[in-house]
Amino acid sequence: MRRVRQFAWLLLALVVLASLGAGLWAPADYALQFRETPNSPPSHQHLLGTDELGRDRFSRVLYGTRVSLLMAPAAALLSTLLATLVGGVAGYLGGWWERAAMAATDLFLSMPWLFLLLAVRAMLPLNVSPMTSVGVTFLLLGLLGWAASARVLCAGARGLRNADFVLQARASGLRGMRLLALHVMPNLKPVLAAQFWISIPVFIISEANLGILGLGVAEPLPSWGSLLREMESFTSFGFEAWKLVPLVLLVVVVSSFQIVLSHDEVYA
Amino acid sequence: MHKLIRQLAAMAGLVLVGALLSATLVRLAPGFDVDEQQMDARLSSESIEALRQARAQDRNLTRFYLHYLGRAAHGDLGQSRTLDRPVRELLAERLPVTARLAGAGLLVGWLCAVLLAVGATMARQAACDLAATVLGGIFLSLPAAVLALLFVFANAPAYLVIALVVFPKVFSYTRNLLAKSYNLPHLVTAYAKGLGPLRILLWHVLPVAGTQLLAVAGISVSIALGAAIPVEALCGISGIGQLAWQAALGRDLPLLVNLTVLVTVITLAANWGSDLAGQRFRTAAA
Repeated sequence: MRRVRQFAWLLLALVVLASLGAGLWAPADYALQFRETPNSPPSHQHLLGTDELGRDRFSRVLYGTRVSLLMAPAAALLSTLLATLVGGVAGYLGGWWERAAMAATDLFLSMPWLFLLLAVRAMLPLNVSPMTSVGVTFLLLGLLGWAASARVLCAGARGLRNADFVLQARASGLRGMRLLALHVMPNLKPVLAAQFWISIPVFIISEANLGILGLGVAEPLPSWGSLLREMESFTSFGFEAWKLVPLVLLVVVVSSFQIVLSHDEVYA
Repeated sequence: MHKLIRQLAAMAGLVLVGALLSATLVRLAPGFDVDEQQMDARLSSESIEALRQARAQDRNLTRFYLHYLGRAAHGDLGQSRTLDRPVRELLAERLPVTARLAGAGLLVGWLCAVLLAVGATMARQAACDLAATVLGGIFLSLPAAVLALLFVFANAPAYLVIALVVFPKVFSYTRNLLAKSYNLPHLVTAYAKGLGPLRILLWHVLPVAGTQLLAVAGISVSIALGAAIPVEALCGISGIGQLAWQAALGRDLPLLVNLTVLVTVITLAANWGSDLAGQRFRTAAA
C-alpha cells in the first residue's frame, strides 16, 4: 500500500506541475480558435485535437486543470477556516455557544449540498465574466462546505476543553482567545489538516457537477467542469477516446487524493 | 414519548429557521422588488406605481417571512416565475417521480454495497479486498453528472446512476464497520469455537453493525436527493431535481427556495426515522 500511496503522490505532483506550467507548455491560448480546423483529431499541432470552436483541447485541459487544482484548495482553505471559526470556537466555549453552533451545523447538513448550492448560485447573476464566475463558484463552495468539518472540529475542541494542559494553562491565568490560540488551536492542527485535504476532492467533484449543469465557470475560461460539459455533445466514444482525457484526469486526481488521504497519519 | 416530542420540536425548529434563511435569501436577492411587468411600456405610471406598492409590502424581512409562513400554512407556496404555475402544483406533480427514482437507486445501491462489503470482508483475501476498494474508489471519483451522461449514452436506467452514487459511500462505511466488528475479541473466540461464517454474520456481526448502518441510511437519502439534480437534468426526467436545475437557470428563487425547504424536511425526516429505527434495533438486540 505504501508504494501505491507514493505513486499517487507522484501522479498528483506531476499533474499539479503540468498545470502550473500551462503557460509554458500549452501550444496555444485556451481561447484561441483555429477556425479552419474545428473538431479535428489529434495531430502534431493539436495533441488532443480541437473542440467544436477549433480551440486546442490539450491547452484547454492544461489551463482547466490549473483552474480546478488551484481554486479547489482555495475553497477548501476558506471552508476549513469557517469550520474552525464555527466548530472550533463553539467546541472550546461549550454551553449555549456550542448548542447554537451545532444547531446551525445540523441545519446546513440537512440541506442536500447541491440543492443549497443551486439556491445560492441562482441568487447571483449567471451572465458574469469568466474570472468572476471562477471566483463566485469556488467562493460559494468554500462558504457552503464548512458544516461537516465544523462538526469534527467542535468534537476535537470539546475534547481539549478540559484536557490537563488546558486546565493548567487556565490555572496559570491564561484566558479567552489567547488560550485558544496558544494551546487549543495548535493541538487541532492535525484535524484541521485532515479536513482541508478531505475537502479538496469534494470541491473538485462539486465544481465538475456544476460545470456540466452550466452553473460553474463561464466560457471561454476552462475548468474540469466546463471541459466535461463537452461530453453532452458526444455521439459515440468508440474512436474518439482523446475527448475523454479531462474525465480520465479528474478520476486519476480524485482517486489519488483518496489514496493519499487513506494514510492513517492524515486522519490522526 | 417525551423524547419523541422533543425530537419533533427540534425538527420543526430547524425547518422554521431553514425557512427564515430561505426567505432571507429571496428577499436579499438582486432584483427582488422589481417586477417584469414594470418594464411594460403600455402600463401607465399609476399602474407601475400600484405594482411598486404591492411589492413594497414585502420589503420588511420580518413581514415578508411571516407572510411567507402564513401562506405556506394555507398550502400556498407561491407562483413559479419561469413556469408560471403554482409551486404547490409543480411539487405535487414532480415529487413522486423523484421519490421513485431515488427509492429505486437507494435500494439497488444499498443492496450492492452491503453484499459486496460482506463478501469482501468474509473472503479475507487481499486481492478481493483490493478489487472491491478500487471499484468503490472509481465510482467515488466520478461526478454524478458524468455518470448520468454515460448512462444516457448507454441507454441504461437512470436509477442506476443514483445507485452508483450511493454505493461507494455505503460500501466503504460498511466494509470498515464489518472489518472492525470481525476483529472484536468475542468474534475471534466464536471462530475458534468453530461457529460457521453465516451464523457469525447473522448472530454476532449484523446486530452490532446494524445500528450504525441505519444511521447511514438517513444520510444516504440526502446523497440520493442531491444526485437527483444532475441525473434528472441530464436524463430528461421531470422530477424535483430537474425542476431545481431549471429554477436555478431561470433564477426562479421562490420555486428554488420551496424546493430546498421541502428537501430539507425530507432529509430531516429520513435522519429522524433512521435514528428511531436504530433505537428500536438496539433495544431489540439488547
